[in-house]
Amino acid sequence: MNNSMSYRKITRDGLWNNNIALVQLLGLCPLLAVTSTAINGLGLGLATLLTLVISNVVVSLIRNQVHPEVRIPVFILVIASAVTAIELAMSAFFYDLFKVLGIFIPLIVTNCAILGRAEAFASKNGVALSFVDAMSMGLGFLAILVVLGSAREILGQGTLFDQAHLMFGGVGQWMTLTIIDDYRGFLLAILPPGAFIGLGLLIAIKNYFDSRKKCKGIKVPIELRQVNVSSSSA
Amino acid sequence: MEFKIKSSPQTHLDNNLTQLMMRILYALIPALVAYVWFFGWGIVINILLAVVTALSCEALMLKLRQRPVKLFLTDGSAVVTATLLAMALPPLAPWWLTVLGVAFAIIVAKHLYGGLGFNPFNPAMVGYVMLLISFPLEMTGWSAPLSLVDYKLAFMDSISMIFTGQIASGLQLDALTMATPLDMLKAELRLEHTVAESLSSHPVFGLMGGVGWEWVNLTILAGGVWLIYKKVITWHVPVGVLGSLFIIAAVFYGIDSEHYASPLFHIMSGAAIFAAFFIATDPVTAPTTALGRVIFGAGIGILAYIIRTWGGYPEGIAFAVLLMNMVAPTIDHYYQPRVFGHRKK
Repeated sequence: MNNSMSYRKITRDGLWNNNIALVQLLGLCPLLAVTSTAINGLGLGLATLLTLVISNVVVSLIRNQVHPEVRIPVFILVIASAVTAIELAMSAFFYDLFKVLGIFIPLIVTNCAILGRAEAFASKNGVALSFVDAMSMGLGFLAILVVLGSAREILGQGTLFDQAHLMFGGVGQWMTLTIIDDYRGFLLAILPPGAFIGLGLLIAIKNYFDSRKKCKGIKVPIELRQVNVSSSSA
Repeated sequence: MEFKIKSSPQTHLDNNLTQLMMRILYALIPALVAYVWFFGWGIVINILLAVVTALSCEALMLKLRQRPVKLFLTDGSAVVTATLLAMALPPLAPWWLTVLGVAFAIIVAKHLYGGLGFNPFNPAMVGYVMLLISFPLEMTGWSAPLSLVDYKLAFMDSISMIFTGQIASGLQLDALTMATPLDMLKAELRLEHTVAESLSSHPVFGLMGGVGWEWVNLTILAGGVWLIYKKVITWHVPVGVLGSLFIIAAVFYGIDSEHYASPLFHIMSGAAIFAAFFIATDPVTAPTTALGRVIFGAGIGILAYIIRTWGGYPEGIAFAVLLMNMVAPTIDHYYQPRVFGHRKK
């Protein structure tokens, strides 16, 4: 076990410094495809989080038994088993949400963020560390899914937590908030371009905070002049 | 006789960015007059609204990006973008539509890509397409030519329509709008009418295109030719766009004149001429080589025809321009002119 790696650092990496969605830019396909509403984002985020935790813990447990030559197929097998179990559980308990998320639940297998954590972290570290890593990475991903989903939902249809009953049953009915009354809808936010633009803006916001923290107090003056290329007289 | 001692490098050319942008605006004046004559004052209000929005957004973004505000604000590029976008919108579009489109064009399409000279996509068209896919209802509320409407639309009526959505006499926008010629033709052809039947069935169709529209397009053509004469733009892109549109329309018209509109109708309707001279010639987003520009224009003409004829939208110029913007760097890469002294491949 690598002693220099503290739990605090792992947590901070997963949630912010090395966030799956904002820094590693992994798992963009589900990220962009399902975040048209906050509830969809939450549903997929939780499923991914669960998969990540199971796969990281299992991979960490078997890391000394698996030969390096066959580790990738074995990891995939572990991940696929976890996803299959989650998929079956979702279709049993959250059938409506399962229908909405559709193909993106089985596709969690191919989310490279999960294999990435298994290969880069869990196969080299102990169970406790791997569990914390999976939790923080998963929560970081979940947070972005929910934030992006909420932003697109508010802009796109003026509501928040629409169709919350898919996830929380009857209790969820009152969770649906209408942020803007009589909203005509802004289709772009719901359509795929809205996902790309939204993610781009989120990355920009993160970079802005990071750069402000890094160069506090340093101001680089920018000087620009207009030059006339065609009139080259002195 | 006085001999000039200074040789050519010292010659002044009154050709800077602001001058260039102003000339584009001058070239639009005849079209603007025709537009007001046939469709009322809405367009003028839209342009003013768009320009104010564009300058505010431009100033805000320059401030945020720590660029000199005055220098870039006076170069006129934001005003041109705003004017072009406003001319592409329905004249009685609600005020927030114009504001949103222009703000998106300036902030996202221009400044997020690095400002003037760095934007790969034409900002005005990005704003237009964003509005078109987000607000299909508002974006298709095109004013009918005034000669075809019973109501006399005064200046104050236009203001009230744009800002409140109705005018004093209680008239709604629907009473003043009408399908554009391209839209109408598409609908008629879907009903399995022939082109000739469609054209004679409705008063919106004129001699060459639509009533009013054909004159607006002719004045735009005049402004565009003046721009070529003034060397603000070159002939390559307009010829590419209009030539390819004419040829492909002529081919299908020749094969089956019952189901495909005439080449003249295609050129004189919609935004073909406007885009050919004012949109696609944007020096930032078009290729830089001569042959590249012709190919770029031809791509726009052909794509526009394909979208108009077989696509879901009645007009496809904006999409065509954006699609060709995307390949402009590739075109430039493959059509570099041979450098003097280098051998042909």
